[in-house]
Amino acid sequence: MSGGDMHGPSRGDAGRPWLRYLALGLVALVMLYPLIWLVGASFKSNSEIFTEVGFWPQRFDFGAYAKGWKTSTEYTFATYFLNSFLITIPRIIVTVISCVLVAYAFARFEFWGKKILFSVMVGTMMLPLIVLRLPQYLVFRELGWLDSYLPLIVPSAFATDTFFIFMLVQFLKGIPRDMEEAAQIDGCNALQLLWHIIVPLLKPAIVSVIVFQFIWTMNDFMGPLIYLASVEKYPVSLALKMSIGATEEVEWANVIAISVVALIPSVAVFFAAQRHFIEGATSSGVKG
Amino acid sequence: MYENKRLGFLFVLPFVLGVLLFKLFPFVMSFALSFTQYDLIDPPKYVGLDNYRELATADPLFRKSLGVTLLFAALAVPLRVGFALFIAHVLNFRLRGINFFRAAFYLPSILGGSIAVAVLWRFIFAKNGLVNLIMVQLGLEPIAWLADEHYSMWTIVLLFTWQFGSAMVIFLAALQNVPVSLYEAAECDGASKLQQFWSITVPLITPVIFFNLIMQMVHAFQEFNGPYMITEGGPLSSTYVLALYIYDQSFRFFNLGYGAALSWVLFALVGGLSAISFWSSKYWVFYAGEKEQRK
Repeated sequence: MSGGDMHGPSRGDAGRPWLRYLALGLVALVMLYPLIWLVGASFKSNSEIFTEVGFWPQRFDFGAYAKGWKTSTEYTFATYFLNSFLITIPRIIVTVISCVLVAYAFARFEFWGKKILFSVMVGTMMLPLIVLRLPQYLVFRELGWLDSYLPLIVPSAFATDTFFIFMLVQFLKGIPRDMEEAAQIDGCNALQLLWHIIVPLLKPAIVSVIVFQFIWTMNDFMGPLIYLASVEKYPVSLALKMSIGATEEVEWANVIAISVVALIPSVAVFFAAQRHFIEGATSSGVKG
Repeated sequence: MYENKRLGFLFVLPFVLGVLLFKLFPFVMSFALSFTQYDLIDPPKYVGLDNYRELATADPLFRKSLGVTLLFAALAVPLRVGFALFIAHVLNFRLRGINFFRAAFYLPSILGGSIAVAVLWRFIFAKNGLVNLIMVQLGLEPIAWLADEHYSMWTIVLLFTWQFGSAMVIFLAALQNVPVSLYEAAECDGASKLQQFWSITVPLITPVIFFNLIMQMVHAFQEFNGPYMITEGGPLSSTYVLALYIYDQSFRFFNLGYGAALSWVLFALVGGLSAISFWSSKYWVFYAGEKEQRK
């Protein structure tokens, strides 16, 4: 290596970090500016929204939030948020329980048909879910579950979100079995082993499952769109869609304000768990 | 304990039931439905291959929709995966504040699928939305992104690309397993950064490139929220993807048999493309590196 003018001497690339910062900063700006701008826009008047590239509003007007929150229906967004949580929270609970059990079985037990089942699991990750929507709808109709939250929650109790199983199995594979073996010698049974040893070790991966499932369920639109009929049961996603369709002349500031509010729970959960779960996703990510 | 076959099977039982009840049974049923005419009111009527015949010969909207879907996937998947790889590569160095950038790049993927973001996107690309405001400031002509059939596709492609974070995280994990010594050796031999990228990084992570391509392809073929909310399939059906057409036929017009046939075309398409990818992977995906990696 002959001096600093050549390419950076090593992996740390200490030679020109500013170049990297510049590139990363520019990309970050492009990535985040739309979101930042919209937060600003939610305080602006309709005319200011359509003329100002800057995100800082001339004056802070919370009117759009008040109006958006009230909605044009007889319910406020408080109802819709509550509905979203009524779907999301039970769904997260049953997802974690079922997926941890299944992942435990795949990672630590030998049983008949394991290989085939594992392939089926990976295969269903690639199955376009839209193919299943229609017959699933018919099944839930037969069961009399339409216009309830059951179709949105119950399948998750059967570990249908196979991505999570895959993630947990990958994570478990990286954990040495020493502690389990020791506990076994001390007379722990399989469930005690799972609860006292595996679950604490799996915590980062479980946090990832919770965060992903929270955000995906909050974001889910097609599911509620198909299964729910009464407005009083709508989650935030459907209510938002309705707030656009309701008025001919869209009051953009209101819609933007309420969209910003709708994103707050997901953003909050993301930042609260960010470190855990980017690491969790990274370390459980496909390693070959 | 670990050899306890019955116990292992007991734990995996929820999954087995779930697959049978919510995946396999609906899967077979949708195939059966695709040979019927069914409107939810009268019982399904067997019509043989009529649905498939109709979509193959007498349905211009299907042809349009198929073309739109293929175009969308062909643009959006390479863009998303390419960006993810590029950014992961830039991020894969020890830099102060790297966590901020990782979070910043990941955030859009987390939020991107939501209706709120679709609403916002629609507004960013509106006639006098943010993008056009910026273009005017730069002295460019504003574009009718959502009203012009030549540009409407780009709005949903960009929304898809913008969410490259999840693929990026997977790339990052893979890149961190590439031994630093390889780069150092290449550096000594005078290889440029670009050469290093193409002849060290890329070959070593082909399995992960493959994984991301397949997963993102499956996602792209099912893209619904963007086209539904932002462009509503228009203008002139220029963004009327198959997922939208399936939804309309099944849940708006209640042509359930036809909807099922359409969804099977989509499934065959994704399945066929996956099969081709798996077949081609023999030639460009190398798993050899794995052995050298730790452990």
